Amino acid sequence: MNKKELISKISEKIHEEAKDAGKIKIMHLCGTHEDTITKYNLRSLLPDNIKLLSGPGCPVCIIPDEDLQKVFHLIEKENIIFTTFGDMARVPHNGKSLFYYKAKGYDIRIVYSIFDAIKIARNSSRTVVHFGIGFETTMPSTALAILDAPENFCVFSSHRYFIPAMEHLISLGVEVNGFINPGHVSTITGIKAYEKIKKYGIPQIISGFEPEDVMLSILKLIKAIKRGDAEVFNEYTRAVTYDGNVMAQKVMDDVFSVDDWEWRGLGVVPRSGAVIKEEYSEFDVVKVFEDAFSDFVPVEDKAKKACRCGDVLRGIITPLDCPLFNKRCTPKDPVGACMVSFEGTCNIWAKFGVERN
Amino acid sequence: MCLAIPAEVEEVNFPIAIVNFGGTRKEVRIDLLPDVRVGDYVLVHVGYAIQKVDVKEVEELAAIYQKLQEEGIL
Repeated sequence: MNKKELISKISEKIHEEAKDAGKIKIMHLCGTHEDTITKYNLRSLLPDNIKLLSGPGCPVCIIPDEDLQKVFHLIEKENIIFTTFGDMARVPHNGKSLFYYKAKGYDIRIVYSIFDAIKIARNSSRTVVHFGIGFETTMPSTALAILDAPENFCVFSSHRYFIPAMEHLISLGVEVNGFINPGHVSTITGIKAYEKIKKYGIPQIISGFEPEDVMLSILKLIKAIKRGDAEVFNEYTRAVTYDGNVMAQKVMDDVFSVDDWEWRGLGVVPRSGAVIKEEYSEFDVVKVFEDAFSDFVPVEDKAKKACRCGDVLRGIITPLDCPLFNKRCTPKDPVGACMVSFEGTCNIWAKFGVERN
Repeated sequence: MCLAIPAEVEEVNFPIAIVNFGGTRKEVRIDLLPDVRVGDYVLVHVGYAIQKVDVKEVEELAAIYQKLQEEGIL
């Protein structure tokens, strides 16, 4: 049996199980899952009563405009080297982006790893500021870098803890019968981190990223939903353990404390922000350049008024329901963050040409 | 951003290892996995190995067959 036959078999079983299941909404929480689902057209292999929604699983997408504007403000005022991952460099605000600043001659450098940003700092007398973005998957590398950083290095922490966002989504009243949890966040946090979400009675499954992983996860969730079983299941057994990467958790705990931070589309999510602890304030851009931020005032981007990224991130609409999708907003000339990132639902749908049936 | 790719560990010189992504060799940090050995498979994310992966499950369909049997599909 090859992969295609395997997936067909699972699809058959899903159809069989779903017959008497009523309407089921399953939300996945990772942009890479949306990529698998859309690339392999998995939605077409599901019966009509099983809907797959995409949630706030793209770390670039959920960073609010205010963080981005603060970065722009700093770059304009201070003679720094600014390092970032590539996706973030294209997110626009009021016609500007990090690539815009690079084109204007500001020293913006795209790095693959924060480790590369540290190397730049070691070879420069200027201050290097790294844009720390990403969930629990990326956060340990930033924490390690801070523990090992030279004096002329600091971090703009836009890191956010993902698991509090799940509870927040539920509190917003999002209608979901089951969650497909983010596989790589879970390699760090372990299965145990999801225990506290069990009280909401919604089954969850940690899934791998191959199409058969996702299909099998959907099948397991449908069965659990029918049984009324709100367990945390692990399909990604090749990489995720109950305890996760304990060393990575410890490094994160050493360097970051939590605060209530805003997410695009979700508002303020309690205890989701990763603040650099006071004892490492010499590596925290907010403290190092405190004066530069004193006259910062956020400004609204009028072009984004019709952008519905926030609703896409809550699973309320699909990209096709946004008036800008593939018209004013395209992967080549994006308006909203969800059209920029490789993990953004709008970018993925545009890239693979998803259209209304 | 949360993309992580499995690679085989070919050289270890803590905290750095040389890993092989199906032909492409690259330096990665292994601070978060201090017990990594040559021959292990690791998931690499933004230049850091974040977790060991079970190579049998990665390379063979055997594990998925077993899961399908458990689910009563095969």
